[in-house]
Amino acid sequence: MLEIGLSHYLAVAAILFTLGIFGIFLNRKNVIIILMSVELILLAVNINLVAFSVHLQDMTGQIFAMLVLTVAAAEAAIGLAIIVVYFRNRGTIAVEDINLMKG
Amino acid sequence: MIIQALSFYLFASVAIAAAVMVISARNPVHSVLFLILAFFNAAGLFVLIGAEFIAMILVVVYVGAVAVLFLFVVMMLDISFAELRQGFLQYLPIGGLVGIVLLAELLMFGGSWVIAPATEGLRSFPAPPIDQVTNTHAIGKILYTDYIYLFQGAGMVLLVAMIGAIVLTLRARPGVRKQKISDQINRRPEDAIEIKKVQSGSGI
Repeated sequence: MLEIGLSHYLAVAAILFTLGIFGIFLNRKNVIIILMSVELILLAVNINLVAFSVHLQDMTGQIFAMLVLTVAAAEAAIGLAIIVVYFRNRGTIAVEDINLMKG
Repeated sequence: MIIQALSFYLFASVAIAAAVMVISARNPVHSVLFLILAFFNAAGLFVLIGAEFIAMILVVVYVGAVAVLFLFVVMMLDISFAELRQGFLQYLPIGGLVGIVLLAELLMFGGSWVIAPATEGLRSFPAPPIDQVTNTHAIGKILYTDYIYLFQGAGMVLLVAMIGAIVLTLRARPGVRKQKISDQINRRPEDAIEIKKVQSGSGI
């Protein structure tokens, strides 16, 4: 219990990942919260990568954690830009109203 | 050892509690602030495990940039968030079911794997001992040599994201009078004034 090992970090990452998925289901109307849930999922992935990197004494995992961080930042910027443009055009960001391309 | 364990449980529990608040907070501004708290505590976990460069990057990139971006967008959009929260309880059962199934699966796999003995020999970049080379130094040594193409690719991803965000949100509003310096500089005397010879005693 007091010996903090790899499995403790993996458990935290698993709980954060599940919370991210849960958040996507729970806030199905609010696309901003959905984007935040995606950020939580990517944080869980980063915790996994870093925990394994430290446990296996291999630096590669930390490099990949940085790349995941880069992609997460880019995704947040583009996603929020799309939200702003959509709000400007339609006046709402409710997810169920985004069905213009439905046949 | 005991301090390390206590710090781990503190950081982990606060991070998870903050994550719960992110998805359940009534006000999206509070959600963003709890997201910042979750990232801070994850950075604490990274420092604890010995990956301090990733921890600092996490604080700088997420708290400094991404979370502020979220806050900016939440405050800029004029939305009735109470309306968006309708159906929150309606989605609770299905979401809870998926979450519980996923967590059960993850924990099932979490308890039943072992690291193969050959893994030790398969390391591509063994971490140097921490008392000789710091974490940041070790990352820099392989990031700028072996992973230079991935590093450049990450830079390209950020560049494309920046240009994409600008192109998406930039708009030319009609009817707004702005100073155009290039037009002012390019203006020639022939365009602006007309020289007339005026006979004395008569008009034009």
